[in-house]
Parts: sequence; structure tokens; C-alpha cells
Amino acid sequence: MNINDIQSTGKKATRDGFGQGLLEAGRQNPDIVGLTADLLGSLQMQHFQKEFPERFFQVGIAEANMMGIAAGLAIGGKIPFTGTFANFSTGRVYDQIRQSIAYSHKNVKICASHAGVTLGEDGATHQILEDIGMMRMLPGMVVINPCDYDQTKAATLAIAEYYGPVYLRFGRPSWPMFTTGKEFKIGKALHLATGTDVSIFATGHLVWTAIEAAKELATQGVSCEVINIHTIKPLDEEAILDSVSKTRAVVVAEEHQRNGGLGDAIANLLVHKLPVPMEYVGVNDSFGESGTPEQLLEKYGLGKKDVLWAVKDVLDRKGK
Amino acid sequence: MADIAQLKELATQVRRDIVRMVFNCQSGHPGGSLGCTEFFVALYGNVLKHKPKPFKMEGKGQDMFFLSNGHISPVWYSVLAHNGYFDVKELSTFRKLNSRLQGHPATHEGLPGIRVASGSLGQGMSVAIGVALAKRLDADPRWVFCLTGDGELDEGQNWEAIMFAAHHKVDNLIVTVDWNGQQIDGPTDKVMSLQVLPAKWKAFGWDVLILEKGNDLEAVIAMLRKAKRRCGKGKPVVILMRTEMGHGIDFMAGTHEWHGKAPNQELFDRAMAQLPETTFGDF
Repeated sequence: MNINDIQSTGKKATRDGFGQGLLEAGRQNPDIVGLTADLLGSLQMQHFQKEFPERFFQVGIAEANMMGIAAGLAIGGKIPFTGTFANFSTGRVYDQIRQSIAYSHKNVKICASHAGVTLGEDGATHQILEDIGMMRMLPGMVVINPCDYDQTKAATLAIAEYYGPVYLRFGRPSWPMFTTGKEFKIGKALHLATGTDVSIFATGHLVWTAIEAAKELATQGVSCEVINIHTIKPLDEEAILDSVSKTRAVVVAEEHQRNGGLGDAIANLLVHKLPVPMEYVGVNDSFGESGTPEQLLEKYGLGKKDVLWAVKDVLDRKGK
Repeated sequence: MADIAQLKELATQVRRDIVRMVFNCQSGHPGGSLGCTEFFVALYGNVLKHKPKPFKMEGKGQDMFFLSNGHISPVWYSVLAHNGYFDVKELSTFRKLNSRLQGHPATHEGLPGIRVASGSLGQGMSVAIGVALAKRLDADPRWVFCLTGDGELDEGQNWEAIMFAAHHKVDNLIVTVDWNGQQIDGPTDKVMSLQVLPAKWKAFGWDVLILEKGNDLEAVIAMLRKAKRRCGKGKPVVILMRTEMGHGIDFMAGTHEWHGKAPNQELFDRAMAQLPETTFGDF
């Protein structure tokens, strides 16, 4: 798998992938129901709602209630998909998720759009960068952060088939598509490019950023292994350890705080099993602000140049 | 359907169980448990159509009950055990290591009769609404019951749920409020006034029933049956049920002091002297 074989086939938002995935899942399984807290269109849930109005519940701006109702629907044998922004899907309702969904092991799919700084102009009140950390700390919670339209759609279909609580995180902006036709399996990393010098593990929007950085590094003679970790929990430890035992240098890229995210999940694995030089591409203990997604990605250290810098740093430490 | 005399005797046994459980582990919440004893005995013994064995999480074709104020777990556990959900002997494990009878109700250890964890307050009504919606989708004509504390109504999520249930006409739902006027830090009027509770629920679009004698078994049964008849008319139904916290034991009655406290040996003996042994027997 050569890095230069990965090409974008166009641009669409990951949330659109969710909307289409939910519609298809709803057609396949009559037990699937939808809920939103006054963000129907933002979550692209209108497709499902139009086709299955009796299976869709408008909760109003009341996320705590939505999580409890979803838990109840799950008790009654339904498969509820809740839809609101990532901030209101996690931080606002952490205790409801913890008690009524996670601890009670309810089959609820918490679907969260507008995660991270690529939300853009709305600013830091809405740009949650802590959600992966919060959700992966909950025992039994599956945490998935797909990287493009097709993967989000595939993930939506996959979680409908899985029994148990899931946090599915996606975003607002149009983003390059490059996983068309690739298999999606919960907990199974997606190998994008084979390399020997450094392993780049990326999730969400920053997978494309990692690919672009790896392409540039290839022209400089640096061979990057690029692996998409869409499922942050449960982590594909085998794929990570296989790659790192070969490259012995790691960069993790994610649109999230460095604290608590994919980087910490991988560091936790490696510190026990295979300590090697490692760098994080993530937000460094900071809130975001208003701006365009591109401006914010650059300002908050989530751009291609940040991946390039991180790779150079780990290679220096590795002693290449 | 058990006869009234038998249920009254069971209520005494449940009170013995509550005090013995709490004394056994020197922790837990006797006050609200004693206040809601008639409610639980009436509900499970005379009102609910339910099947204890095998316990089914989805409860299709059954009435389902949700306890939002999970700290009154002793009364629920005792009533579940006496209704055949699990062995009465298991009550002796309450709040002890490796027990299915957690301090607050949980599904994690697989205790039959429990469908969701509760304890962190204000969440049970939302869950009950979700179950009621699932029943509606399945054209299941049975009812969903939920008990919440009155102090618990301080939690904003309840009012989100109350709005939702009226807006979406969830009329297969019967919520009961344990209106004992007490919470941990004192009377509700002093801690956080509920003001005119019936008018509040009415204004939110609910069918409001008031039960003045929440510790009168026959009155509770009559009210729960009345509430069922009021369902199916486009409005959720609430019973505002006056109870006495700590009812049945003189030094615990009518005060918030025994909300979450276990008696010492002397007070335990004094409490047990007020609750004659029954034919059901102690755990």
C-alpha cells in the first residue's frame, strides 16, 4: 500500500455520511429509532425523520432528557440513535450517559456532530476537544471517530449491528473522501500506507492531514506507515504493536486535546508494551476560538506542518 | 392479587426488612423507604401485571416500574424479593461486597427486577418515558410507572421530561411523586421550595391526582387503579402522594433526620419492638 495511491474522490461532510447511514440502517432494521435535541438538520437526521416519522422523536433543547429517553427506548428493545452536537452529547450530559446508559449497559448510539475546532465560527463554547477523553473513560463504551463521509456512513451501519453503548463522533465541514469501498470493522484499524521509518496513527479529520504529510515526507525519503484508528475504544492493539515494532517511532494525530484522546490511549499501550519515541499532534491544553476551520487547524497545531514537525522530532529522537 | 389483610402484613414485614437491612450494613436510607412501603406493596401486590420469573428486561406485555429516587432501594429490594424476583435471603447481602443488592439499584450485577441504574437523581422519569414510547411503538397496551422523590424535583432534567411527556402525549405513563416534604438538608420548603406543586404539574399539561393518604394501603391501591383509568386520554398522569418519611417507627417518622442513617443497637431494638413478626418471616 503506497501512500501516493491514496487519492481524494471529492468532498463531503462526515455528518452527511451519518445522515445517509442512519437512513439505510433504519430501512434495514425497524427497531432503529432516532432522537434529536433541536438539531435535526445539523445532524442530517431529516432523511430518517421523513421516511420514519413515527420512529423519530424531537426532544427539544433538553439533552439530559434525550439521553434518559434513549436509555428507556433501549430497555424496550429499540436501538436509539441520539443526535446533537458533540459538546451537548458528552460534557453536558456526562452523568446521564454514565448512569442510565454506560453503567446500565444500554444499547444507545450517541451520535455527535460538530466535534473539534472544524466547527469553525461558533467558537470555543461549541468546539469540544475533550469528548473522546470523557467517553473512553467510561467502562464498556465504544468510541469511534471516523475520518470521511464513507467511513462515517459505514460506521453508522456497523454500530446499528453492534449491541451496546457507542459514542460516534463526526464533524461539520466538507472534507476529502478517500475510504470509498474500504471495509469498516469496529475495533479494527484501517491500514492506509505501509512504511518503515515512522508509524502515524490518525483519527477523524486529521487522517487526511496525515496522508498529505506522509506524501510530502515520501518525497524527502521518509517512509511513513499511515494507519487510521477510527475506533479509539476498543483499541486495535495488535495493529499498533505490529507497526511500532517495525518502525519504532510514533506520531498520533487527532482533532482533540492531547490530554485524554487517541494519543493517550496509544501512549498507555506503548508505555507498557513497547516504549518508543512518540509525539502528539493535538490541541495543547487550550480552548479554541472563532475562525474558519482552516485557520483554526493551523493556529491550534493541527495542520500538515505540525505532523511534519512531529515526524522529524520522533525520527531525531529515534536516532535516524 | 393478594388480599388486603395479607398485603398489610407484608407491609409490616417489608418495614422489618428495611430496618434490618440498614442495621445489618450500618448504612442506607430507611426514611424514604419506610414512607413508600405502602406504595411498593400495593403496586407489586395488587396493581402491576408483571412476571418475576424469568425476568425479561424488555418487559413486553407487562407493566413496568422505574424508581428514580434510587436511594430508597431497601423497600424496592424487599418488595421485589417477596414478589418472587429473587430469594428473600439475598436481602442479607444489601450493600455488602459482591452483592447484587447495590447501595443504589443497578443492572450491572444482574439483579432481576431492575432495568436501569438510579441514584444520581432526576433521571428515572426520562427513562420511563422512553420505555412508554417503546410500548407505544410496539402497540403494547400496558402501563409504565415511575416513582420520584419530591426533593428530587429540584433536578432540572425532571422538568425537561415533564414537558416532553405532555407534548408527546405519553399517556401510558403514571408518575408518582413521594410528596413527603423532606430532603437531606431539611424540609423541602426550607431547602428549595416546591411552591404549589399541583399547579406546576397542571401548567405543564399533566393530569394531576392527589393522594393525601400515601401510607394507607387501600387508599394507595384505589389511587393507582384510578390513575390507570385516567390513562389513554392524551395526557400523562401524575399522582402527588403525601407520605410520612420514616412512617411506622416513632423516632424516624416525620423527619429528614433518618433520610440516610442507620440505627444503633438500642434504636434498632426499639424499632423492631414496633414491628411485630409476620408469617412471611425475616430474611
